[in-house]
Amino acid sequence: MEKAIKKYWIIFILPTMAAFLIGFVWPFIWGIYLSLNKFQTLKKVEFVGFSNYIKVFQDETFLHAFWFTALFTLVSTIVINVLAFAVAMLLTRKIRGTNVFRTVFFMPNLIGGIVLGYIWQSLLNGLLYIWDKPLLALSATEGFWGLVILMGWQQIGYMMIIYIAGLQNVSPDLIEAAQIDGASAWDVLKHVKIPMVMPSITICTFLTLTNSFKLFDQNLSLTGGEPAKNTQMLALNIYDTYYARSGAQWKGIGQAKAVVFFVIVVAISLIQLKFTRSKEVQA
Amino acid sequence: MKKRVVSILLTAAMAVSLLAGCGQTGSGNTASTDNGSAATTNTGSGDTGKAAADGANGKVYYLNFKPEADEAWQKLAEAYTNETGVPVTVVTAASGQYETTLQAEMAKTDAPTLFQVNGPVGLKNWIDYCYDLAGSDIANNLTSDAFALKSEDGITAGIAYVIESYGIITNVSLLEKAGYKVDDIKSFDDLKKIADDIQARKDEIGVKGAFTSAGMDGSSDWRFKTHLANLPIYYEYKADGISQTDAIKGTYLDNYKKVFDLYITDSTVDPSQLASKTGDDSENEFLNGEAVFFQNGSWEYSALSAKYSDDEIQMIPIYFGVDDANEGLCTGTENFWCVNAEASEEDIAATLDFMNWCVTSPTGTAAMADDMGFVIPFKTAAESPNAFVKQDTAITAAGKTPVSWNFTTMPSEEWKNGLGSALTAYAAGTGDWKAVETAFVDGWAKEIEANK
Repeated sequence: MEKAIKKYWIIFILPTMAAFLIGFVWPFIWGIYLSLNKFQTLKKVEFVGFSNYIKVFQDETFLHAFWFTALFTLVSTIVINVLAFAVAMLLTRKIRGTNVFRTVFFMPNLIGGIVLGYIWQSLLNGLLYIWDKPLLALSATEGFWGLVILMGWQQIGYMMIIYIAGLQNVSPDLIEAAQIDGASAWDVLKHVKIPMVMPSITICTFLTLTNSFKLFDQNLSLTGGEPAKNTQMLALNIYDTYYARSGAQWKGIGQAKAVVFFVIVVAISLIQLKFTRSKEVQA
Repeated sequence: MKKRVVSILLTAAMAVSLLAGCGQTGSGNTASTDNGSAATTNTGSGDTGKAAADGANGKVYYLNFKPEADEAWQKLAEAYTNETGVPVTVVTAASGQYETTLQAEMAKTDAPTLFQVNGPVGLKNWIDYCYDLAGSDIANNLTSDAFALKSEDGITAGIAYVIESYGIITNVSLLEKAGYKVDDIKSFDDLKKIADDIQARKDEIGVKGAFTSAGMDGSSDWRFKTHLANLPIYYEYKADGISQTDAIKGTYLDNYKKVFDLYITDSTVDPSQLASKTGDDSENEFLNGEAVFFQNGSWEYSALSAKYSDDEIQMIPIYFGVDDANEGLCTGTENFWCVNAEASEEDIAATLDFMNWCVTSPTGTAAMADDMGFVIPFKTAAESPNAFVKQDTAITAAGKTPVSWNFTTMPSEEWKNGLGSALTAYAAGTGDWKAVETAFVDGWAKEIEANK
């Protein structure tokens, strides 16, 4: 059997390989090529060189979207991970109804982003109206915190599950040993639990970082970029350039933005992985 | 040996089913790249001049813009197929998704043969795909050459297929209850006086406000950032004797402010709430008799006629305080049919035949007038039962000048969105009118520049 696999491995990877080539590699190459062109549909493309990239960096809305996204990513990554870890600590203490709580906290994650965005829009607008504050579409600050609340509500449960799995894997022997050595609860957390769940932290920060950076649905439905594109994030900015603008030149610019976006996401993810990986320990 | 054959066969079967799966997703709603490469084989085949081919062998694929007319189009397409045997597919894009859908559909091998653009600005996207309709039967059938959309190079790229009017739809019974007649409103000042009075006595009259909520949600803000914004543009063009410009001056923005102020103060809701109010909210307020005035167009007739008789609703001009004595309803079109030049000759011929049939045959004209409620700008048109359309004809006959639709010359969607955001902020009090002026005047120049 093993011999057969050695001989025919190429046939076995063929389906996946084909799917990968057709579904990822080919569109990816096309995407990069299109960013150097002016086009309306893929039937007629006209090569324009790097002028699309120049226009990308001249576009104020894109730069604004970049800083807004960066700030949002920073805040939401911290908020989500701190809260998810805290909830995970609480729910590994064998309190009554732990499973019910875990299920309830996890559930928001099962609802689609667009739906959540619209629901939260009505909720937040209702509150803002009662408090006599401008509605979501009128204030960038409210829009920002609205997005943080929405993302937190949706993602904390998911990250919590990963942290719970990590925390349950911390050997009780280690904790006991630390306690016998006179470590306080805080010391145990800082010197035993956190280093031991570092792989979970790596995964969770990676997920929240990339999810926040690539956020689209929630942004579209909660604020739609209002007021005047002040809460527009990168993905929505790209979509807007590609679809909401008329004139063939915008398609190429949108495509160029997407390529720049891809490079940024890859760079951030690699840096983050390297940083958190270096803190992982073996026990 | 046998085992080996079986395993190879199995793998092959897996690979095939997988590829088949890919093929199917390719024909779905998104434009995938393998579609693009397949479609290249088709390029150029339809490019050759006038289609002399016989339409009977072709097929028609119409990408419809108006969701409210979808059912009627499906029925009409079926009737055409039954009569001539030519297959007609009608697909309707979701509201607000036309451009996106068209984008995806045009990349396919079986692209729409008939689609639409919304005027000169929309045409810029698709001019390379538009078949020259000059001299075709349908172009010759137009009541006026003004309803043909010409590109900058003089190609007849589009044919207007529906003429619409908008203004202030008035609930006549409620107005009478307040002690006024429609004839009492002859100018902006009259309108303001009456609206203010109704607003002051709203509880006594039993309404929530004079005007329905001027919702600034995406489903409703076009009534103000596009339709109402047409008036300052119309009067400026008229004063300057031009039909489009690269630099708008905003001469009549004060009038624009007065009308918008009237809408948001004499309203059913508090201005701070407008940002989240939708088009449906506004329509329902009118249907429930909670407001007397409702700025909207003749396309609302089918929704409103379900509740009101033709005598109970009347559309009056959006009096703008410039030339009220001569101002009529805003009448025009932003719906132009275009034929896909990339389609095969047979399909182009079939599409031209279908268009022609729609606007000349008794079945076609009846469906467009009665089922869709359209007034079509063709010599062979049937009369539409739409009360607003009749009122428009009457107002024009009384010597008023219809306000033309100049919003098709607005530089881009982006400009409208900028204006919409500024208006929303102004209505809620978080922004000032200065920002609206900036969005209107500076935004115009900026967008013209960006789209050069």
